[in-house]
Amino acid sequence: MQYKAIVVGVSSGGMNALKIICSALPVDFNIPIIIVQHLSAHSDSFWIKLLNEKSHLFVKEADEKEKIKKGTIYIAPPNYHLLIEKDKTFSLTIDERVNFARPSIDVLFESAAEAYRNKLIGIVLTGSNSDGTKGIKRIKDCGGLAIIQDPTTADSEYMPKSAIAAIVPDYIISLEEIVELLIKIDQEKR
Amino acid sequence: MRYKDISDIEISSLLEAIYDTYGYDFREYSQAHIRRRITNRLSVSGFENVAQMQSHVLNDETFASELLQDLSITVTEMFRDPTFYRSLRDNVMPVLKTYPFIKIWHAGCASGEEAYSMAILLQEEGLYDRTTIYATDFNQLALNRAKDGIFSNKMIKEYTSNYQLAGGKESFSRYYTSNYDNVIMNQSLKKNIVWANHNLVTDSVFAEVNLILCRNVLIYFEKNLQNKVQTLFYNSLINGGVLCLGSKESLRFSDLYDQYSEIDTKQRIYKKKY
Ligand SMILES: C[S@@+](CC[C@H](N)C(=O)[O-])C[C@H]1O[C@@H](n2cnc3c(N)ncnc32)[C@H](O)[C@@H]1O
Repeated sequence: MQYKAIVVGVSSGGMNALKIICSALPVDFNIPIIIVQHLSAHSDSFWIKLLNEKSHLFVKEADEKEKIKKGTIYIAPPNYHLLIEKDKTFSLTIDERVNFARPSIDVLFESAAEAYRNKLIGIVLTGSNSDGTKGIKRIKDCGGLAIIQDPTTADSEYMPKSAIAAIVPDYIISLEEIVELLIKIDQEKR
Repeated sequence: MRYKDISDIEISSLLEAIYDTYGYDFREYSQAHIRRRITNRLSVSGFENVAQMQSHVLNDETFASELLQDLSITVTEMFRDPTFYRSLRDNVMPVLKTYPFIKIWHAGCASGEEAYSMAILLQEEGLYDRTTIYATDFNQLALNRAKDGIFSNKMIKEYTSNYQLAGGKESFSRYYTSNYDNVIMNQSLKKNIVWANHNLVTDSVFAEVNLILCRNVLIYFEKNLQNKVQTLFYNSLINGGVLCLGSKESLRFSDLYDQYSEIDTKQRIYKKKY
């Protein structure tokens, strides 16, 4: 199985979780990673810079119409929904909030599932709401791989638990194990 | 229920039908956006599939107008992105001051919050009396709301804070009167605003203007359509005129990039070269 993209949804407790994942991935990690983290509408790009410093990979905010590239980690800008087009470019919208959130994890996941079908990995991490549940279900329905952070290891167990209640995940594991698994998958495909 | 796939062909056939019947052209809008809105409408409408929905759209104008509301996103705010308005005040108002008459075009004004914000800014800078604001949208329901200038009280706290962050000089409450759940914008703000129905995809240039604001509209368009609408803006601006885009929209990748200089790159404010 050749996975072409990884989408990640994370809410409260997310900064730490993302720091762990982004700093542990090796410099030759190939599969692009696209992240929605719930943040306040007015937050600036400071923490993207921080993540970029901590990571061996290039971390940047996703730009409108930007082509998705290998070896890059993209973060949704605050106050916009992030969608993926079938030609593997980004779209941004300011549609109403979904699950009280903009960007919403469901919006990213559902559009990514359409674009990548069974070539997609979806990951739901710590968070205290149910955003991402519908999206991860769509990913599974399209034949993608679902990884959920083990709720007992999450800062906030609500979001992973909500996802687990809706689907049969392929993996329920800790952040460290997620990193190991992703590296293994990334290397297998070469 | 297991998710049922909507095919690209079903979507493009629906969009063709809407265009043929009603003249609204969504064929070059972001596909992921259109798909999401159609999927949502399908799931609340109770139709089996898009084909069934399509024949209904063509025969039922009320349903068609609901679908048009779905596809046109009118989410907006007063003084959205306060740092943008601050830059407008600091960097663009001085340019406007040099003109005896000022024409401003808000393209995709939705329910008008942006145009009212502009009117407030112009009043504070002493420029409003020599200004005409053309505020246009293709969504007539949104335009009607804009004309009324009645907004929900719930938003006022946020708008007030936006206004202050944008460098507002007065107490924001002087610009409206409260009425139970709503606020009504002052008549003095409305007097030089012309509200008009205009479709950026199918209509053409209607005035020569000094300043265009088109914020958070082009993000919904595919690249070709973005370029086409940028040409419309270019042809509507006087030399030295100013173009303002939304904070995540850039001219950088547009065909017309070289025809503009940058006034404030971060706030997406550009000046048409002489
Ligand atoms: C998200 S709102 C942006 C409102 C405001 N400019 C802002 O930034 O807050 C987008 C608006 O663009 C309008 N719009 C979309 N397509 C259009 C078209 N082809 N012609 C005119 N207006 C259009 C929609 O009806 C909607 O009111």
